[in-house]
Amino acid sequence: MSNENPIVEILDVHKSYGPTPILRGVSLRVQAGEVIVIAGRSGGGKSTLLRCIDQLETIDSGEITVCGEAMAGSTIHLAPGQMARLRQNLGMVFQQFNLFPHLSVLDNIIAAPTKVLGIPRALATAEARVLLARVGLPEKENAFPKQLSGGQQQRVAIARALAMQPKVMLFDEPTSALDPEMIREVLDVMMDLSRRGMTMIVVSHEMSFARAAADRIILMHRGQIVDDLPPEQFFTAPSSEHTRQFLAKRLG
Amino acid sequence: MTWSWNSFFEYLVSPYILAGVWTTVWLTCVSMAIGIVLGFVAALMKMSNSAVLRGIASFYVWLWRGTPLLVQLVIIYTGLPQFGIKLGVIESALLGFGLNEGAYFAEVVRAGIMSVDQGQTDAARALGMDYRRMMRIVILPQAFRVVVPPLGNQFNGMLKTSSLASVISMEELLRHAQQLAQIEFRVLEAYLVAAIYYVILTSIWGQVQKRIEAYYGKPYMLSGNVALPEPDLALR
Ligand SMILES: Nc1ncnc2c1ncn2[C@@H]1O[C@H](COP(=O)(O)OP(=O)(O)OP(=O)(O)O)[C@@H](O)[C@H]1O
Ligand SMILES: [Mg+2]
Repeated sequence: MSNENPIVEILDVHKSYGPTPILRGVSLRVQAGEVIVIAGRSGGGKSTLLRCIDQLETIDSGEITVCGEAMAGSTIHLAPGQMARLRQNLGMVFQQFNLFPHLSVLDNIIAAPTKVLGIPRALATAEARVLLARVGLPEKENAFPKQLSGGQQQRVAIARALAMQPKVMLFDEPTSALDPEMIREVLDVMMDLSRRGMTMIVVSHEMSFARAAADRIILMHRGQIVDDLPPEQFFTAPSSEHTRQFLAKRLG
Repeated sequence: MTWSWNSFFEYLVSPYILAGVWTTVWLTCVSMAIGIVLGFVAALMKMSNSAVLRGIASFYVWLWRGTPLLVQLVIIYTGLPQFGIKLGVIESALLGFGLNEGAYFAEVVRAGIMSVDQGQTDAARALGMDYRRMMRIVILPQAFRVVVPPLGNQFNGMLKTSSLASVISMEELLRHAQQLAQIEFRVLEAYLVAAIYYVILTSIWGQVQKRIEAYYGKPYMLSGNVALPEPDLALR
């Protein structure tokens, strides 16, 4: 494993909301093709970290580099247009899906490719159909989000993010809002994605997924990374007391 | 003087009244169009990061909502000439109505935009959309659904409020009815005809509004197979 050119590099990131520190010196290097699963107690800063990587939130100090391009740092001042362009390296999937309710499934997927990247509608539609087939929803292109189950909506959301051909996919608790019987279908799609070599940073408490897909599992506790280990070690010999507590509760 | 069915029906189909109806219709439409544009601009200004823009928009909304439309109209038509700004009747009416509608519409649009879930902004930005694209593709279409009912009610109100322009001698429905009434002193007949046309116009608009609301509400009304589980995942 070479540490030469990480695709995502996070260096000593700090972030507070008002007086409350949320991220307290987080550093993380992710190599291309790696799958990182982040777990940890509620309020530990997992969502905030993902949102900072995508610059949906600004950081107070530290540096964030994605695909060799600086997203944030003390000397970095990006114009909004540049920021929008850099975000195209990243795809993001949210806990609440956040599909556009006024657009059909197909239009949800092709909106950004056609209107941001300028890909012709016919081409974008063809690519969207391939993605819909991949996430197991080939017959849903004309449905509206309201007509889909949670699991189906989340799979559309994954297809929508993939349509921008991101280099890295960020998932923020993609299955937490789902009924148990729908979790599987979303995890299967994510599994498939990891097998295809996608770089993924996944905030999730689905330990079966972490065990099967993750290259490294990270435990965040109160704004810090307290463990960063391959799955075998994470489950059998974690170094942090917080990880042991977390596992005790989860696997109990 | 007794009621005259003759005069009533004569007025009802008189080209003079119909010309007034037509003026009321386009006056309303153009005023609303101006008001919508102003309202959007003012709403976006009110939500901007610039304190100056916010201040200007807030001042405009505050002043226009705090004064009677009739006073605004009279000031524009008869007061501005004192400053060398001389506007015709039509320009004055459009400016007066447009500015007034805009001030009310600004709050409606702002509420509409704020009703759109924060997650929509996150998703749009995460997909690489800049502010303009996010507004145009994601936020405004959803805000519009919320805005259509109050906007429709404002249009209904404007159809009737446009009669205020008769005060600055705009040749619209009420003024034409007034003038007919003065010819033979058939006051009730003339004003009843005007009232009937206002009812007809607002009723037609009511139907149009229903269609527009249905159109924007459609993606939210659909009931689907929410409970149906997928048979299998065609993953490979
Ligand atoms: N916009 C905000 N303003 C103020 N505080 C916030 C904001 N967003 C998050 N927080 C706070 O920051 C802390 C960390 O939140 P974050 O969502 O990153 O945690 P998390 O690890 O993702 O937790 P969970 O498992 O509940 O999703 C929480 O205490 C939360 O209340
Ligand atoms: Mg979270």
